[in-house]
Amino acid sequence: MHLLKDDSAANGLSSPALAERAPGQEFSADLAPSMDHLDQLEAQSIYIFREAFGRLKKIALLWSLGKDSNVMIWLARKAFFGRLPFPALHVDTGKKFPEMYRFRDHYGKEWELDLRVEPCPPIDAVDPTLPPAARSAARKTEGLKMALGKYGFDGLIAGIRRDEEATRAKERVFSPRGLEGNWDVRDQPPEFWDHFNASPPQGAHLRIHPILHWTEADIWAYTKRENIPIIPLYLSQNGKRYRSLGDQDITNPVASTASNIDEILVELEQTKVPERAGRALDHETEDAFERLRVAGYL
Amino acid sequence: MNMIVTPVSPAAPNGTNSMPNGTTRPQVRIVIVGHVDHGKSTLVGRLLHETGSLPDGKLEMLKAVSARRGMPFEWSFLLDALQTERDQGITIDTTQIRFRTNSRDIVLIDAPGHAEFLRNMITGASQADGAVLIIDALEGVRDQTRRHGYLLHLLGVKQVAIVVNKMDRVDFSAERFKEISDEISAHLQGLGVKPTAVIPISARDGDGVAERTDRIGWYKGPTVVEALDGLEPARPLEALALRLPVQAIYKFDDRRIVAGRIESGSLVAGDEIVIMPAGKIARIKTVESWPVTPVAGRQGAGRSVGITLDRELFVERGDIIAHANSAPRETRRLRARIFWLHDKPLAKGDQLLVRCGPKESRATVVAIEKAVDPGELSSVENKAIGRNHVGEIDISLSNPIATDPYTENPRTGRLVIEVSGRIAGGGLVLSVDAGQRAVPVDIVPVESALRPDERSARYQHNGAVVWLTGLPASGKSTLAKALERRLFSNGGSPILLDGDTLRAGLNSDLGFSTADRSENIRRLAEVATHLARNGHIAIVAAVSPAREDRATARRIADTSFREIHVATPAEICEERDPKGHYKKARAGALASFTGIGNDYERPEAAELVIDTSTRTVAEAADEIEQMLKTTGVLFDEVVDLAANI
Repeated sequence: MHLLKDDSAANGLSSPALAERAPGQEFSADLAPSMDHLDQLEAQSIYIFREAFGRLKKIALLWSLGKDSNVMIWLARKAFFGRLPFPALHVDTGKKFPEMYRFRDHYGKEWELDLRVEPCPPIDAVDPTLPPAARSAARKTEGLKMALGKYGFDGLIAGIRRDEEATRAKERVFSPRGLEGNWDVRDQPPEFWDHFNASPPQGAHLRIHPILHWTEADIWAYTKRENIPIIPLYLSQNGKRYRSLGDQDITNPVASTASNIDEILVELEQTKVPERAGRALDHETEDAFERLRVAGYL
Repeated sequence: MNMIVTPVSPAAPNGTNSMPNGTTRPQVRIVIVGHVDHGKSTLVGRLLHETGSLPDGKLEMLKAVSARRGMPFEWSFLLDALQTERDQGITIDTTQIRFRTNSRDIVLIDAPGHAEFLRNMITGASQADGAVLIIDALEGVRDQTRRHGYLLHLLGVKQVAIVVNKMDRVDFSAERFKEISDEISAHLQGLGVKPTAVIPISARDGDGVAERTDRIGWYKGPTVVEALDGLEPARPLEALALRLPVQAIYKFDDRRIVAGRIESGSLVAGDEIVIMPAGKIARIKTVESWPVTPVAGRQGAGRSVGITLDRELFVERGDIIAHANSAPRETRRLRARIFWLHDKPLAKGDQLLVRCGPKESRATVVAIEKAVDPGELSSVENKAIGRNHVGEIDISLSNPIATDPYTENPRTGRLVIEVSGRIAGGGLVLSVDAGQRAVPVDIVPVESALRPDERSARYQHNGAVVWLTGLPASGKSTLAKALERRLFSNGGSPILLDGDTLRAGLNSDLGFSTADRSENIRRLAEVATHLARNGHIAIVAAVSPAREDRATARRIADTSFREIHVATPAEICEERDPKGHYKKARAGALASFTGIGNDYERPEAAELVIDTSTRTVAEAADEIEQMLKTTGVLFDEVVDLAANI
């Protein structure tokens, strides 16, 4: 048994007798059901959502339509008893797969989301020194900045995970962004015992990462357990499937025969290929991804 | 061999925690700490390699990068994925890497050793179940080794394995190993931390990491991997008393849901609970959830839950829900052992914000008992706690909080300190000043010989606190006097409590600092509540600009509280300026004046909002009277009373 954050303190005080107590041994009639790994992840994410909603004035959830942000919406509905009490923001590059747009339009209605679709600027407006795929993804960063300016959100909830990519592993749960939306990896505030820094400087905003501690496999196992809808592109067709969904022109499928979630989980157990292998932008130069993140990319 | 050889990527589904044979594998989060350059990242790189946990091609890619830069390959490059880090040659933040030992899924949190990044080390270590403290065999125990040892103790990490690295640099000398082992063991035991193992290794060459090589043939203890395999995951604290700190109250529909995470103990619908620090008692009606609700059965520590209560009580964020016979202590003063991360040293008299779970309170440091640099061998005591130092302090809180000493409840017995909206330190509650557990109160103690219904029969109203808040010159006192006259004419018993008037006597010791303003409001609320309990209608006219202070007043007066926001526009207030305060403030002659800045926090859910610039005093008094009728303070048959006499 294990909580996802800061159980270290608990550890010291639990007596061996308590630690080894099996369900049914002592309080058989009156024992709470033990929490499995997914229960613990869920409880932690709910805690983060409630902190974000309670401590910030105007927040939105970034809905990229992918598996991670769908799990996020589900968790938010758990946190708020069935509803998303803030807008779902889709920063639309206009280059997503048709299946993704269909998914958005369908579930945006079914889940009664306050959906805000925001466009991105044309590619010419983006830093021409970036490699092509990174430049394309940087468009999204610009679109995000425009949306921030338009609504004045002080917090954006984003579905990044530590296991996705090395620079994301550096993130805090409540991560301050500068006035330009930039991330200063060298000056991050301390964050411990689930106390989050919720006061961004005037004009700046916070990124909130409720599933930072989840893994790709956790996402799939939870999606299956909760029966959360997914875009079919994640499942194998003609020997290929997408592990990660971005823009059509910079996302490639991986070789896979996994045609359901169980098979995806088995595949993940065996693979050594990183999740974002199909994302062109990660591979262009060693530091392309970090440069994007410093500039405010998710 | 102790390792599962099956390759596992960092993204592998170890989270599902299930073995192929169906048994569960405990997941353990560990942190590797120690002095800078003692080899943390090298050990991590080596561990990943030895456990077959590296993604395909990663090692080759990094070797190629090293070659391109004309540098020899280092294992630490595996973690130093950031360009900035490679440039500086130091790890600057925590990363999380996963791998497997024989019987454990390990989540490895790397933590930087450079003193500059202690806040990152703490961020990483606070999430760990166990720690590996690494020491360079050549350099021995250094200041950051001791400091990290101390912080592990403060963060509550009790399972600590020591590795003495770079044994190749001391020719695998058993004597040198023993020397270091004795020194660090003594240091840790002085803090109450017993190392689970002390292991000689060479992370670069692999000795002692996954295998006992001939070069350390004299060593009979566990390897690093074996030591990790023996770590116990942390467990939820279900056997302790119930502590449910309230995160929020949601009223999305007709349910009023009290939401929070159970930090310890467990609860089930039907339980009698007490809401601390107020001490009010209620019963849990339902445990709400989604998509299925309500949920039956007991909910244990670690769950994020939502409950409804069987009666309408004023509950607010930061309250702690407990069982009535095992409530936490209510206190305004406590002693804590803290670590300090802020540039400016913490000194006696400093004003802070203290967070204890979701509860926050302004606080003052009233004493600093100890202040030491845990990195130094001889502890020199100071009057202030410097950056990256530790100390024991006495804190006085402006609002009472419910808490437990750390030794009784490690979850509720800890706090963090904020300065200018940023976390600046944290620590453990050593003791609270209340001395005794607060006695839960179910009913209002009536000291008077008269029963409330005797009074209300005479006055034709119940006791109440009518709280008029608004900018200076918004018309609060005028309205208060009009209301007093009207209630009195109708046979009632109104009593006016004007903020300024009370400042001349009862509150003459208070100034206009934030803390004093809070105390002023608290006293007004206490006096008003006493009057209300004895059947009078206390009419309070006070600017009371801070939302938190008004929340305190509401908590004190509870169901008898009626908030009226006198929302006259600021320009009009300034134009009226009967006391000349605005003029003085504009001239800079009146510091701490509410009105010309943005320091008035408007009520979000007042019972009534009145703009005196758009209605007459009589009209406004009508509205107040109507509100008092509809909310059950005034009885409707006032006129009939006169007819019956």
